[in-house]
Amino acid sequence: MTHKQVRLGMPGVRGQDEPAFDSLRPPSPELVDDCVHCGFCLTTCPTYALWGEEMDSPRGRIHLMKTGLEGAPLSDTMVGHFDACLGCMACVTSCPSGVQYDRLIEATRAQVERRHDRTPKDRALRSAIFALFPYPRRLRILRGPLRLTQRLGADRLLRRSGLLERLSPQLATMQSLAPQLGKAEPTPERTPAVGERRAVVGMLTGCVQREFFPGVNAATARVLAAEGCDVIAPRSQGCCGALSTHTGREEEGRAFARALIDTFTAAGVDHVVVNSAGCGSSMKEYVHLLADDPDYAQRAADFSARVRDFAEIIAELGPVAPRHPVEAVAAYHDACHLAHAQGIRSQPRELLRAVPGLEVREIPDSEICCGSAGVYNVLNPEPARELGDRKAANILSTGAELLVTANPGCLMQVATSLERSGRRIRLAHTALVLDASIRGVPLETI
Amino acid sequence: MATHPGHPSVPDRSDGMMHGLDPAAEDRAQTAPAGAPSRGGTVADVLAELRGTLPDEALLTDPARLATYECDGLAAYRVTPGLVVLASTPEHVAATVRACARHAVPFVARGSGTGLSGGALPHAEGVLVVTSRLRTLHEVSAADQRAVVDPGVINLQVTKMATPEGYYFAPDPSSQQICSIGGNVAENSGGAHCLKYGFTTNHVLSLDIVTPDGDQVTLGTRAPDAPGYDLVGAFVGSEGTLGVATRATVRLVRLPQEVRTVLAGFAGTDEAGAATSAIIAAGIVPAAIEIMDALAIEAAEAAVSCGYPAGAGAVLVVELDGARHEVADEYAAVERICRQEGAFEFRMATDAAERAAIWKGRKSAFAAVGRISPDYIVQDGVVPRTALPEVLRQMTRISAEQGVRVANVFHAGDGNLHPLVLFDGSKAGETERAEAVSGMILDLCIEHGGSITGEHGVGSDKAKYMPRMFTDDDLDTMQLVRCAFDPHGIANPGKIYPTPRLCGERSGRRQGAHPLQEAGLGEVF
Repeated sequence: MTHKQVRLGMPGVRGQDEPAFDSLRPPSPELVDDCVHCGFCLTTCPTYALWGEEMDSPRGRIHLMKTGLEGAPLSDTMVGHFDACLGCMACVTSCPSGVQYDRLIEATRAQVERRHDRTPKDRALRSAIFALFPYPRRLRILRGPLRLTQRLGADRLLRRSGLLERLSPQLATMQSLAPQLGKAEPTPERTPAVGERRAVVGMLTGCVQREFFPGVNAATARVLAAEGCDVIAPRSQGCCGALSTHTGREEEGRAFARALIDTFTAAGVDHVVVNSAGCGSSMKEYVHLLADDPDYAQRAADFSARVRDFAEIIAELGPVAPRHPVEAVAAYHDACHLAHAQGIRSQPRELLRAVPGLEVREIPDSEICCGSAGVYNVLNPEPARELGDRKAANILSTGAELLVTANPGCLMQVATSLERSGRRIRLAHTALVLDASIRGVPLETI
Repeated sequence: MATHPGHPSVPDRSDGMMHGLDPAAEDRAQTAPAGAPSRGGTVADVLAELRGTLPDEALLTDPARLATYECDGLAAYRVTPGLVVLASTPEHVAATVRACARHAVPFVARGSGTGLSGGALPHAEGVLVVTSRLRTLHEVSAADQRAVVDPGVINLQVTKMATPEGYYFAPDPSSQQICSIGGNVAENSGGAHCLKYGFTTNHVLSLDIVTPDGDQVTLGTRAPDAPGYDLVGAFVGSEGTLGVATRATVRLVRLPQEVRTVLAGFAGTDEAGAATSAIIAAGIVPAAIEIMDALAIEAAEAAVSCGYPAGAGAVLVVELDGARHEVADEYAAVERICRQEGAFEFRMATDAAERAAIWKGRKSAFAAVGRISPDYIVQDGVVPRTALPEVLRQMTRISAEQGVRVANVFHAGDGNLHPLVLFDGSKAGETERAEAVSGMILDLCIEHGGSITGEHGVGSDKAKYMPRMFTDDDLDTMQLVRCAFDPHGIANPGKIYPTPRLCGERSGRRQGAHPLQEAGLGEVF
């Protein structure tokens, strides 16, 4: 479809009177019709929890999609409510009618990205994010100066000055989210199984995970090896495309997906293991993302079927490596893309509870998102901050001294929120805890 | 509650209006007499008046946003409201209703929008007052066995807050995880456990309301009983026609010492129904007795994998609660009765997770039916418990004759049926056939001495059935009560009554005056 228009730097839709969606993969009317408007999704929706209004609830957004399909234009208002969705998929969990909101919002976002003109400022921010995050090499370049400012304490100075906040709240958020960086720790391309080999697994090293949390990747490889896996981490692998796909940049996401499928097909592995919840969920969705691509549809389906979350594969294989005690009181935080999008709740809890000395506590309102949601906290700093503060309060109420979760985004968001509350507790990825237990080393040394 | 002295106010016969007891309300009444609204006002007038008073973000006028409020849990009826007000304080509610009263513009109150009778269906030329942002839990007091909550507080939230104190809020509609207390009050909501514990009306001590004139008054007291008319009783279940609740003081119930939930599989609903009658006849009042038939089980399994007995034509869920010894005795009796009546499987939940799984199947049944049918009507009717087997047989006959599938989920203990009439709206004629079957089921209920609604309310959906159950005189008498609260007929008009009356208007269908008037016992306000 071609659109004639003059851009005057104003936000809006190309052709104000056109219906919200064109014919290229609009949200499916059949899936929209599955919603019976019962409202069971409302209380688990983070934006409904914040604002208590229908149009910022899953049921309300589906209603907006419906009006769009019936011919209503893609107004700024409508786009605002779609943009406000965190994509946490808590509604998918709570829906008794099995509405596939994940598919609906993804299709809607792709239409929004293609057909809605964002403000120049918003466009610039999005371009910057997507020119940076999906590229580990570019992130690596950022590591040096970031680490330097952190070591000099310049980052705290910058934060206190409020300079960035005045310039752009989004930039300020990005800066505040950056974790304390340790030294780089590349994952070996091949880690042989310890003892009997039970599986050959590929390992996604990720972008943010690889550059900002290299210790997590190293621990993941060690634990997998200790549990009898040959671990292959191809150096040539790129981004999985989760951030792009979940933000409606479909074509970009597809290109990343095809490249990753090629890489891991060449590696010849039984499973592809992912230690980042958002990446894992998007890789399991390649089957939908590439369904219309004749060359890749089947390969994507095969690939998605082989993707496993880190905790999922270990539970599936059955843990065999002996555990040493880790004396701590921990709270386990469900990453939305693990619990809601992949349905993985019991496996990480069981693995953690099997660690001698480790007490695992539940966090109240655990189904509500922490506000990280991919790049949501960068694009929508205010609601993200509010959700982060609620999450921090709930975490602190458990009295835990250690927070365990399985997603780099959650780790950064929760760390920033806890810091804002003035309280600090230690944070660790599930893999770090298991690695410490298997190796018998104190958690602090990792 | 400084502005609300804890006394009920009563209608003042001299002008047929209710007065708030707070001095501010009296002042307002003088400057802008609500009894003399400017006729012919519009939503635009109300909006103009509210612009300066309420925050901008509380007033929704954008068509896309308004459209998301066009229906509640009954999506078959849709009306886009003229204006939506997202109230954050009782004063926002009062200011809105006052403006509506002044301009004679209808208003409709809405909580979480989960109602199943279209009670919160908006008015196209009216204002929708949404209370979902009024969600502060003000007080949970174990010593007083009560909680004080805003109307937008979620039902289950009250129980969650009271549980650490050893208490809970007893009314438990299937939508308890999302329905609001304000909505429960408006609809007099029940749930699986109202067999033993009663409906919402048995659990409300006092209400702050905004009357249809815009006055803020308190009904009832926090004490267990108050002299005078039971205005709280009149308000609970009035479906938004007597005003808007802005705060509720509700009763909390002590958590039982022991709870046992059992699941029994039967060949069909006849056997399950017979077991129900036998349990009650044995003098046992379980906290809940629920029956689901094969279709409902299929839907629930598809949705939440609740693990009900394979091959069951009906399951009976019985929950026993109370003192440990009592529950143990009752449990033994229930097991004996179920086996006698042909239960091929009888099991008890051994932990909280198993109990939750049993209830999850039951409570998600309505929405889960969406998995086995594109469209469906949730019906709600009541029959005397003893008539259950006969009514179920008739229902099966109607279903077969009309070629319309009907799934059944019901609160068997109190004869409250929830037939789910399945259809595909995209196929010609199916919607009409389903509606016809739905109506026939209600006729069945009435024929057997029952009622057209057990707990979902009349709302928009069942107003047309009211004359099948009540005489014109009955309906007019009910509307006299409404007139006492809402002389201008602006509070949720079009709901409950098939033929709305303006106060002061004589019945169109009846010749002569109301019998009470003729007898000199009453007069039209």
